[in-house]
Amino acid sequence: MFDRILPYLLSGISVGGQYALIAVGYTMVYGILRLINFAHGDIFTAAGFFMVYIATALPVQFAIPLVIALTVALGFTVERIAYKPLRSAPRMSVMISAIGVSYLLQNLMWYVTGGLAKQYPTIPWISESITIGSATTKVVTLITPVLTILLVIALVTIIQKTKIGMAMRAVSKDFETAQLMGIKINSVISTTFIIGSLLAAVGSVLYFSNYTSVTPTVGAMPGLKAFVAAVFGGIGSIPGAVIGAFIIGICENIIKALGYTTFSDAFTFALLIVILLFKPTGLFGEKTSEKV
Amino acid sequence: MKKTTKNLINIALLLLMFVGLYFLEQHFGRRSMLITVLKKGAIYALIAVSMNLLNGFTGLFSLGQAGFMLVGAYTYAVLTIPMAKRMAVYQYYDGGIINFTVPTIVGILAAGALAALLAMLIGMPVLRLKSDYLAIATLGFAEIIRAIIQWDTLGPITNGSNLLKTYPTFKSVIPVFAAATICIGVIVLLINSTYGRAFKAIRDDEIAAEAMGINLFHHKQMAFIISSFFAGIGGALLAMYQGSLQANAFKASMTYEILLIVVIGGMGSVTGSVIASFLFIACSEWWLRFLDTETYLFGGTVKLPLLRSGFRMVVFSVVIMIVVLFFRKGIMGEKELWDLFTPKKKKEGIKP
Repeated sequence: MFDRILPYLLSGISVGGQYALIAVGYTMVYGILRLINFAHGDIFTAAGFFMVYIATALPVQFAIPLVIALTVALGFTVERIAYKPLRSAPRMSVMISAIGVSYLLQNLMWYVTGGLAKQYPTIPWISESITIGSATTKVVTLITPVLTILLVIALVTIIQKTKIGMAMRAVSKDFETAQLMGIKINSVISTTFIIGSLLAAVGSVLYFSNYTSVTPTVGAMPGLKAFVAAVFGGIGSIPGAVIGAFIIGICENIIKALGYTTFSDAFTFALLIVILLFKPTGLFGEKTSEKV
Repeated sequence: MKKTTKNLINIALLLLMFVGLYFLEQHFGRRSMLITVLKKGAIYALIAVSMNLLNGFTGLFSLGQAGFMLVGAYTYAVLTIPMAKRMAVYQYYDGGIINFTVPTIVGILAAGALAALLAMLIGMPVLRLKSDYLAIATLGFAEIIRAIIQWDTLGPITNGSNLLKTYPTFKSVIPVFAAATICIGVIVLLINSTYGRAFKAIRDDEIAAEAMGINLFHHKQMAFIISSFFAGIGGALLAMYQGSLQANAFKASMTYEILLIVVIGGMGSVTGSVIASFLFIACSEWWLRFLDTETYLFGGTVKLPLLRSGFRMVVFSVVIMIVVLFFRKGIMGEKELWDLFTPKKKKEGIKP
């Protein structure tokens, strides 16, 4: 029994780590702007395509930093063009704008690639096979959780110890008061998007090394699942998002192991609805009350 | 203007529209681009208005529309496939387990009814959520519905992930318009009733509405059920338009498209949604088609840059982004077409 479950468990942990890297981007943006950034999953996909095209011209060790830089630039641009002009608009307008950006990015990627699935380049070492006990898997499966946890520890340190981190916490507590205290909210928001996109780029390298092909809409599902993970952990809480992502990744793969592959996506949403109904603030979320 | 004269004018305009449609169809033929766009546009108009009832008039930001359309489309298709053809359609499931066929009109009504029933069940837990949580929960439910319909065990009913086909469809544009007009008319009547005013009050301020004695949950649930009923009917019509049906097409991106139509038309305007639907379908299916074909100028020597498959949708989504960012009210804002022609009430009220 355990031998049969083990490969699924391993890939669950790996997928969980990749979801975690995306989920952090969602949870940080939501914490500060109260916006579900629907375009985040597409930025993740775009990172995949950047890699596909850059790897044809450059060796992988140079390609990866360039991919990360381009993804960060994309995330930054999206925020500046699509979200910044709507700073004083109702929240729903910003969310609609995010849906519009997602639609635009998907169509743009379809146009550039001609709608065909592109082969993801093999990255030396992390794409190699490795045997653990009775299961054969790729090195990336083992690296993902380790790298995820290291990155998240680094991020939490930044948020707790540095000045910009303090500013982020202040903005997420109270937008207007933070502004009155002299915090430049625009640069704080940009930083949030930069960090989110950076982690999404890293997540994308790890994710596509495992799945080998990239299509324009491939990021939508992992994106939504990462969002669910963020809600599960308590939106705005980074450790919560990471734990939520690992739980979702593992559960999803165990459901696949049991033979209900059709329901592996549905499970995530069922989990979301149960959480929203019984504990809307998630595992580690803060309580908020509606002001009249 | 008196109410009776107003009604007479409306009826006359509608009749004129159908006569016009009839002649257009005679002149251009049923398979022409214009008629195709009109058909699909009318269906999308109904779906967009049903979404607007929820998002624009009641202020419930729901993203489950594709799920309810899917339920409607499948209900219709499953119930109306002729007995003789069931064996061929359900070839992997021994002809399925449904041993009866209902007439088209019953199928369409059943499509709406089942979507509404589902909305009632889903609404009970979900409608307690607020704004973006509601959005993500309804989106989640739409995904769950899609997974269930594609589930192998339900194959004898839904045909699993295989195609449903050979159910009755329409040839002419007239029945589509008739169905869409009736449904949109009912929604307009609802919006102008006391219920509609209660919906708007909830949209503008929930707490104030509750203080005025409006039962929040009751009205939200009502809007949700009615919207889903018409989304279900819209789904059935869409299934008829397409001629074959597969659950995979009803993804979240379909809901996003309809939401964008509603936004372009103006949240809270029925006529806005209708106009935007026809514009949206005409642009994406017809007027912008030339962007997708490689074009050469000057006798084939100069190739126009950028024009190739997929460019249409890029241009299209850029236009949508411009509307979303800079013309946030959309085409109509919260006004209706008839508001533009009737003099303002203030002037009527002041008498010397």
